[in-house]
Amino acid sequence: MSHDIVPTDHPSAPARQFPVDDPGIEHHVPRYTDVDVAAGNRAYRNILAMFGLVPVLAIAFVVIYFAVPKTAGFDVLGNNFHAQTLFLGLTAGLAVLLIGTGMVAWARDIMSDQEIAEERHEAGSDEETRAAALVKVNAGITDSGVGRRKLILGALGGGMGMLAVPAVVLLADMGPYPLAAKRAETIEKTIWAEGVRLVNDVNELPLKASDLEIGQLVNAEPETLFKLHGHEYQTEKAKSAIIIVRMDPASIKIPASRKDWQVDGILAYSKICTHVGCPISLWEQQTHHLLCPCHQSTFDLGNSGVVVFGPAARSLPQLPIKVNAEGYLVAQGDFPVPVGPSYFERDSSKDFKEGDQ
Amino acid sequence: MAKPTTITSSAPVLESKRPEGKDAGPQQFSGPAAWLDERVGLAKIAKGGLRKVFPDHWSFLLGEIALYSFIILLMSGVFLTIWFKPSMMELEYNGSYQLMKGLPMSEAFASTLALSFDVRGGLLVRQVHHWAAILFIAALTAHMLRVFFTGAFRKPRELNWLIGVGLMSLSLIAGFSGYSLPDDLLSGTGLRFVDGLIRSIPLIGTWAEFFVFAGEFPGDALIARLYMVHILLIPGILLALIGAHMTMVVYHKHTQFPGPGRTEKNVVGYPLFPVYMAKAGGFFFIVFGVLILMGALMQINPVWMYGPYNPAQVTAGSQPDWYMGWVEGAIRIIPNWEWHLFGTTWSWNIFLPGVGLMGLLFTGLGLYPFIEAWVTGDKAEHHLLDRPRNAPTRTALGVAGMTCYAMFWLAGGNDILSTQFHVSLNAVTYFMRVAVFVAPVIAFIVTKRICLSLQRADRERILHGSESGIIDRSPAGGYSEDHVPVSHDEAWTLTQHEQYEPLEASDGVDVNGIPQAERGISKLRARASRWFFSDDIPVPSRDEIEEAHAHDHHELDHEVEDAKALGH
Repeated sequence: MSHDIVPTDHPSAPARQFPVDDPGIEHHVPRYTDVDVAAGNRAYRNILAMFGLVPVLAIAFVVIYFAVPKTAGFDVLGNNFHAQTLFLGLTAGLAVLLIGTGMVAWARDIMSDQEIAEERHEAGSDEETRAAALVKVNAGITDSGVGRRKLILGALGGGMGMLAVPAVVLLADMGPYPLAAKRAETIEKTIWAEGVRLVNDVNELPLKASDLEIGQLVNAEPETLFKLHGHEYQTEKAKSAIIIVRMDPASIKIPASRKDWQVDGILAYSKICTHVGCPISLWEQQTHHLLCPCHQSTFDLGNSGVVVFGPAARSLPQLPIKVNAEGYLVAQGDFPVPVGPSYFERDSSKDFKEGDQ
Repeated sequence: MAKPTTITSSAPVLESKRPEGKDAGPQQFSGPAAWLDERVGLAKIAKGGLRKVFPDHWSFLLGEIALYSFIILLMSGVFLTIWFKPSMMELEYNGSYQLMKGLPMSEAFASTLALSFDVRGGLLVRQVHHWAAILFIAALTAHMLRVFFTGAFRKPRELNWLIGVGLMSLSLIAGFSGYSLPDDLLSGTGLRFVDGLIRSIPLIGTWAEFFVFAGEFPGDALIARLYMVHILLIPGILLALIGAHMTMVVYHKHTQFPGPGRTEKNVVGYPLFPVYMAKAGGFFFIVFGVLILMGALMQINPVWMYGPYNPAQVTAGSQPDWYMGWVEGAIRIIPNWEWHLFGTTWSWNIFLPGVGLMGLLFTGLGLYPFIEAWVTGDKAEHHLLDRPRNAPTRTALGVAGMTCYAMFWLAGGNDILSTQFHVSLNAVTYFMRVAVFVAPVIAFIVTKRICLSLQRADRERILHGSESGIIDRSPAGGYSEDHVPVSHDEAWTLTQHEQYEPLEASDGVDVNGIPQAERGISKLRARASRWFFSDDIPVPSRDEIEEAHAHDHHELDHEVEDAKALGH
C-alpha cells in the first residue's frame, strides 16, 4: 500500500485538526492493460500502429508536395479547397498527431500508473541558511569598501541612471517633430486646393452636378491625388478622400455660413471619420445619416455632418465646393478644419456643432 | 447526480508476465552520458530532476497548450520570414493570383500573396501560424482563469502570476503586430485605429503618433518597424518571461488539487521520466497536429479577399482578432466625451476605452493577489488548490470580471448583433453601456449564491451521505430515499480546506495600552475581510459528523422498529 510513503504534515508546522483523517493516497487499481495480457498486447499494437503510420504519411506528404499542382483546387459541399494546402496539411497534421497520440497512449496504457509522492519544501530558506547568506553578504560588502566609501554606490547608480538619457535621446529621430509648422503641412493639410476637380475614386473621371441624382452618394478624390505614388499616394488618400452626396435642398439644414459651400444640394464631406480615422461609407439615403462601419459613429450629412450617434466627438469636416467654368465640381480650397481624429494640440470645440449658423 | 460512494477495492489481478529485470536500464554512466556528466554534471541534473513529480489534472494542460502554441508560433514564424518582405514600397502585383494582376500594392502584401499562392505549403503554414496565435492567447487566458479560480496565485506564486500578467499583455501586442503585417485592407484598418488610439493619448499623443509612424499615417516605415516588434522584440521578451515562468514552476513544484494523501507538504502524481516526458511531449505533438489540421481545413485571414490596403475603403463588419474584441467593444460603446482645455483637446472617448481599459485590466490582475492577501490576512504558503466553491467571494469576483469582459467583447460586435438579431444598433449600444456595469454585479451575486449552495451541498453530503438511489416505502406508506455515507476519500477531500475567520479590527494596542507585536487591523480591512469570508458555510466538525452519523443510524433503527410494530 502506498499509504506509508505519504509524508504527513511537517513536524515543524503546528498540526491542524482536520474533521476527517487523511486517508492517504488512493489504493492503486491496476489497469486492464496491466493485468490482461491480451489487452496489454492490444495497447502495444495500437501504439506501434500509430508510430508506424507516421513514415507512410511523411512519404505521402513529399509525394503531394511534388505531384499536386499549385493551382489545383476542388469543391466539397460548397467549400472550395486548395488541394495542396489541404493534402499537405492532412498528411503532416495526421503524422504529427499520431506521434502525439502514440506517446500519450504509451504513457497511459503501458507506463506505470502508480502515483508517487514527493516532498515539498518551503519556498523560503530556513533561518540557518539566511544567517549563512548574511555572513557572505556582509563579507562582500566589507570587501567592496562601500561601508567606508559610501559615495561609490551613489555615483555608480547616478551615472548609470543618467545613461538612460542618451539611450532615450537616441530615439528622437524616430519621426519628425509635430511642431506647429510641421502639423500645418501634414495632419492639418490635404491636397485639396482652389479649383481642384472632384473625381470619382474608381474611374478617376471628373464629376458634373448633373451626374448626381438626389439621394446619390459618390466616393471621390482630388484629381491631383492620382499623380502621386506609393506611400505619398496612401498618405494623401488617407486625408483627402471625400464623399459627395446630393440631397433635396428643401429637406436639409444648411446654415448661413455654409450657404455657398454646396451646389444645388450637392455637398462634399471628408470620408475620414473624426473618431479614429476609418473611411466612413454606410449611407442611409432617407435620413441623410452616414454610419462608420468601424465603431458606428453616425453623422447627419443633412445637417453639416454633426454627430448623431456613436463615439465620435466632432462633426465631419465639410469641403466647400463650387462649379467651374466647364461645369465640373471643384473645391473652393482645402478643408476649413483638419480631417480625421482630434489631436491634443488643437482645440476642436470651435468646429461646427449642432445649432451653429 | 449522485456520485458512487465506493469503488471496488480490488481488481481481478492476474500474474504479470513481465520477465524480471528485463526493464532495467543502463547500469553505469558511460559513453555520451559520461562525457556530458564530466563536463556539465549530467548525473546531478538527472538525480535532481528526472523523477520530479507532476500532478495530473486536465486543467493543468491549459498552460501547456499555451506553451506549445508559442513554440509552434516560433517555428511556423521562422518559415514565414523566409518569404515575407516587410516593406511598404509600392509595386505592381505580378504573381499567380489572377484577380490582382497589375494592381498596385505594397511589397508586404505582395509577398503575403506569394506566400499564399506561389510557395508550396506557404498558405498552410500561414494559417497554422494564425490559428496558433489565436490558440496561444485563448489557452493562456483559460490558463490564467484556472490559476485565478483555484487560488494558485497565492503565496509563494505571486511573482509567477505577475509574470503571467506580463505574458498576457505582451501576447496581445504580439498578436496585433503580426496581424497588421500583411498590409491588407483589414489589417490596414486596424492600423488606422491604432493611429487614432495613439493620437488620443493626452499631451504626447501627436508626438507618439509621429514617432511610431515616422510622420503621418500610414507613411512608409510602419510595417518594417512592426516586423521588428513582432519577430524580435516581443518574442524575445516572451521567451525570457516564459523561461522564468517555467523555472518558477519547477522551483515551487506544481500545485495540486485536494484529495486523499495530498497535503501542503507533498506533491502526488507521476514522475517526469518517463510518464510526463511522454505525456507532455506527446501533448505537444497533439497540439501541433491539431493546429496543422486546423490550418489545412479551416480558412483564416484570406487576405486576397480583402485586397491591398486602401485608406479610403473599409468593409462593413470589420472585426479585429478575438482577443482585441473587448477593447473594440469599449471603444464602440463609450459616449463621445472630449475635453477642451486651454486650446487643447483631450479625446477621452478613445483614450479611456483603449489605453485606459487595458491598463485597468492588467493593473487589476497584477494587484489582485496582493489585495486578496491583504483582505484575508493569509500569510501561509499554499500548494493545495482551492475548489472554486470554497472561495465564494473570489470565484464571484472572477465570474464578475469574466462577465464584464464578455459584455465588452459582445459590444465589439454590436453591428453583427444588430444585423443577426434584427435589433436596432443604437439599442444594442445603449444596452451594452448599462450591461458592462450591471451584468457583472448580477454575475457576482448569482455566482456567490451558487458557491454557497455548493458548500451547503458538500456539508450535507458529509453529514448525511449521498443518495443511494434506493427508495424505501415505509409500512405507513411514506417514501424515503436511503442515504449512504460518502467514502473516506471523499469525506477528506470535502473537508480538508482551511477555514478562515474574518479579521477583527484592532488598533494594534492591547487593553493596557501597550502596542502589540502585530500591526493593527484597520476598520476598512476588517470590513473587507468580513465581506470576503463571513458568508462561508463552515465545514462540519469531527463531532458534528459523528453525531450526524449516529443520528442517521438511530433513524434507521426507528424505522425498523416502526415496521416491527406494524407487524411486518
